Amino acid sequence: MSAVMIIRKPTRKWEKLPGKNTFCCDGRVMMARQKGVFYLTLFLIVGTCSLFFAFECPYLAVHLSPAIPVFAVLLFIFVMAMLLRTSFSDPGVLPRALPEEANFIEMEIEAANGNVLAGQRPPPRIKNVQINNQIVKLKYCYTCKIFRPPRASHCSICDNCVDRFDHHCPWVGNCVGKRNYRYFYLFTLSLSLLTIYIFAFNIVHVVLREYRSKKMFHVVSLTPHCTVLEVLVCFFTIWSVVGLTGFHTYLISLNQTTNEDIKGSWSGKNRVQNPYSHKNIIKNCCEVLCSPTFPSVLDRRGVMLEDSSSPTHSDASAASTHKSSNPVSQTTKSSAPLIPNEHTPDEAKPGIGAGTQKSTSSPKGEKPPSPTSPNAVAPAVIKESTH
Amino acid sequence: MSSAPRTATERTKLPYCHESFHNLQELRHSASLANKVFIQRDYTDGTVCKFQTKFPSELDSRIERTLFEDTVKTLNNYYAEAEKIGGQSYLEGCLACLTVYLIFLCIETRYEKVLKKISRYIQEQNEKVYAPRGLLITDPIERGMRVIEISVYEDRGSSGSSSGSSTTSSSGR
Repeated sequence: MSAVMIIRKPTRKWEKLPGKNTFCCDGRVMMARQKGVFYLTLFLIVGTCSLFFAFECPYLAVHLSPAIPVFAVLLFIFVMAMLLRTSFSDPGVLPRALPEEANFIEMEIEAANGNVLAGQRPPPRIKNVQINNQIVKLKYCYTCKIFRPPRASHCSICDNCVDRFDHHCPWVGNCVGKRNYRYFYLFTLSLSLLTIYIFAFNIVHVVLREYRSKKMFHVVSLTPHCTVLEVLVCFFTIWSVVGLTGFHTYLISLNQTTNEDIKGSWSGKNRVQNPYSHKNIIKNCCEVLCSPTFPSVLDRRGVMLEDSSSPTHSDASAASTHKSSNPVSQTTKSSAPLIPNEHTPDEAKPGIGAGTQKSTSSPKGEKPPSPTSPNAVAPAVIKESTH
Repeated sequence: MSSAPRTATERTKLPYCHESFHNLQELRHSASLANKVFIQRDYTDGTVCKFQTKFPSELDSRIERTLFEDTVKTLNNYYAEAEKIGGQSYLEGCLACLTVYLIFLCIETRYEKVLKKISRYIQEQNEKVYAPRGLLITDPIERGMRVIEISVYEDRGSSGSSSGSSTTSSSGR
């Protein structure tokens, strides 16, 4: 084994992704840039629940039932899990077109539009497709250089086209799209339940204390300040969150997105009817909530191939990247072909097969596993690949 | 279980080699990229992943229409299988919801399993059908499931098959 080993941290694809997202945990977590309101959401939920567990639960567990705090804990865990899953996962971002694809589309557009006279504005770039016997217009995205698939929209805050774009939610600090809509819905639903639960048991707590003390006119002095705080927070939260849950339940039953609802895409006499709806509430709900989880098409944790220029060079390195060859000589030329990613079969990367393989296509939002440091990965494989 | 490499470029670096694989390597060695053809999505059935089976004119002289259509139809069937909403997807969804989606740390989703099948199928098609004709299919997931990219290679030297056989002996193992 030669002593010449370039220990270089591999550049992962998330570092070069266009768009205004922030990434954490080496590409496992993906959020929007502005996260202030998300921290507020976290603070409100965790703060209110902590007060509830600290002040109300001991009293209620003793005087009513120990199941009350247990159920509250389960609900709290579910709410936090859904929130983190919504916030940290890829909403369904469509990657931008590579130059060849963009040129191909440009040529198609020019062929379709024919000759445009000098000084005249070129016609808008729209493609008409027929979906379930309805004509739907696909718009061209000048930023991503693609014709947006149906129901996709470009989020100006994140600067990405998102598939089945619902809306950009500042409370979760991320867009809500195809991949995380069900988590968002479950978050609002469970948060509604949690808020109502805490509100109800705060009232019960106050009533019980009054009943036991039998001093009906000294309510305020007996009620701890935190209960008042919790009741206030829950009261205002209930109005907004329960309303939002109701609104999204309505949208799901019609298989519509918030974006379509706001734009009035399917309402009105002269507009087409929603071609995606199955005209059956149960079927619509099943499609939105029970369809298979789509993998992310953004290969965030894939390793960037630094040398992708000439085919002869890549073939020379390819021809010698076999088990019997000495990989060390490769590192001096280019470490790119040897750095394993999810494309490399497991026998070539014995140490890290489990670590990198699982975390590529579907992000694990709520509790990202402690990552193997990329600094340790690259040299480990360079040393071990001759076996 | 190894994950099948997703791009054709990565597959050329696989450590095993056999006869048909040399065609894929020789494609890189003796051919240069001439053109890329993009097969677009077919949205007539909604937002389900489905590609158009219309035969592009650029491939007219390179491959038989039936072979191409078979490939695209098989891919469409795979994607339909992945996105099918039925008993299995409900079960997966309910189980995942009950375990707060932590179960996906241990098991693979059905879609991921089908994507691996698709990747293996594309690799097999490249080796058996497309590389001998100087073409290469890129897995649609590399392009955001928007297009099937088919790279068209031109032979640099004489005919593709003769240069392939002559260089087979030199780089064979």
